[in-house]
Amino acid sequence: MGTTRRGPASPPQPIASRSVMVPKPTPKRFYGHGIPGVDLEKLSGKLIVIEGADGSGRSTQIARLVQWLEGCGHATVQVGLKRSTLVSEELERAKQGNILSHITLSLFYATDFADQLENIILPALKAGFMVLADRYIYTLMVRDLVRGMDEAWLKNVYGIALVPDAVFYLNVPPEQLVQRNFQKNHTLDYWESGMDVGLSRDMFDCFLQYQALVEKQFRRLQSTYGFTIVSGERSVEEINAELQEKIEVVLVGK
Amino acid sequence: MKTFAELNFPGRLIAVEGLDGSGKSTQIYLLKRWLELQGLKVFFSEWNSSDLVKSATSKGKKRELLTPTTFSLIHATDFADRYERQLVPLLRAGYLVLCDRYIFTAFARDTVRGCPPKWVRGIYSFAALPDLTFFFRADLEVSLHRILDGRPELKYFEAGMDLRLSSDSYESFRIFQGRILEQYLSMSTEFNFLVIDANQRVEAQQSLVRQLMSARVDLSQYVLPK
Repeated sequence: MGTTRRGPASPPQPIASRSVMVPKPTPKRFYGHGIPGVDLEKLSGKLIVIEGADGSGRSTQIARLVQWLEGCGHATVQVGLKRSTLVSEELERAKQGNILSHITLSLFYATDFADQLENIILPALKAGFMVLADRYIYTLMVRDLVRGMDEAWLKNVYGIALVPDAVFYLNVPPEQLVQRNFQKNHTLDYWESGMDVGLSRDMFDCFLQYQALVEKQFRRLQSTYGFTIVSGERSVEEINAELQEKIEVVLVGK
Repeated sequence: MKTFAELNFPGRLIAVEGLDGSGKSTQIYLLKRWLELQGLKVFFSEWNSSDLVKSATSKGKKRELLTPTTFSLIHATDFADRYERQLVPLLRAGYLVLCDRYIFTAFARDTVRGCPPKWVRGIYSFAALPDLTFFFRADLEVSLHRILDGRPELKYFEAGMDLRLSSDSYESFRIFQGRILEQYLSMSTEFNFLVIDANQRVEAQQSLVRQLMSARVDLSQYVLPK
């Protein structure tokens, strides 16, 4: 027989290529006082936020990230704006009719966010899920800031929010967003064009001006909230590779 | 925070606050009738009554979906809707606006539910203070009797059942109302509540309310245009 040295019979090891990396828990915190009665220590999952305008490729990227994360053996949950059981229908109705004033609409969105935070995000993180958020409080704050609302007031309202483990802002210049929106549905959305702000009577001009204001506010918030700006002007694959690389860092606990 | 008078609004906002069963709704109704019969510009608004928000609120309450945070936010949404679309324009137009419950209801209830007082007050910081706030102070037992004597079917949130104070809804209601009363009393001086003894007869309370009203508001300013 050969000279192969063999150790004592060992218990069967999990096959390396099939082993699933357990993300390292990192300390969590709320922006303000948070939600009463939540034990932050127990939130073992990761909250990953993708921000960006309509047409910036958020949903495409999230779909790919879900595929990738699930492929790696992580359980995922997706949340987004206007998806709460509590108020999503009413919020949709209000937007269609354009009948609510600013503070009201803002609080309606805050309610929608809080409902998902308490009923989906926090329980999922407690169960160790990877939570992918298609937009978070930043979009909500930016929209209101562009409409002249008080930043201190917004910060107080969203003091309930959990600080995500990573926030990526997909940055696409307004001129390109127009092209992408037209490619997709040949129309610009009333709200995404900021028509209610009355920057211009021309929807096309309004869209460009509004999105520029939004981008400006995002860049301003970036210094406070420190999100990663990702250039959205590349191929889907390139962007996703960058996101995966950055999320891997998050999974190993930075 | 300033009152509407301090903000130079021509209108005046009068709010009533008190526990369920304190008789405040009866009193504000009688005040409204008195003002209307004098031919004055009067508008009445009730807590939690904006159409759009009501559908979400009642769904949330029915399915017990609400947490202290969403309970607070959804009532703030309702208030903001009425405030921006009705109260402020009417006050600009020189109306006497009567509110059955105002921001103090939220301050008391949400705090009892465990929301941080600073957060709740911050949310409502867009609202100006009432020019007059009548607080109907009945003994806890009196208000409890007024509500409970009919052995009504107490609603889940009304009884504070979400706080798990007691599995018995009547007992829970008692504890909950007691805590709300404490909150009201602690706000009384800060917000200049005009405290009305709600253990008195309806008529005795109403004459006091009318006296205070005419002493503090020049009613001749609010006559409906012919």
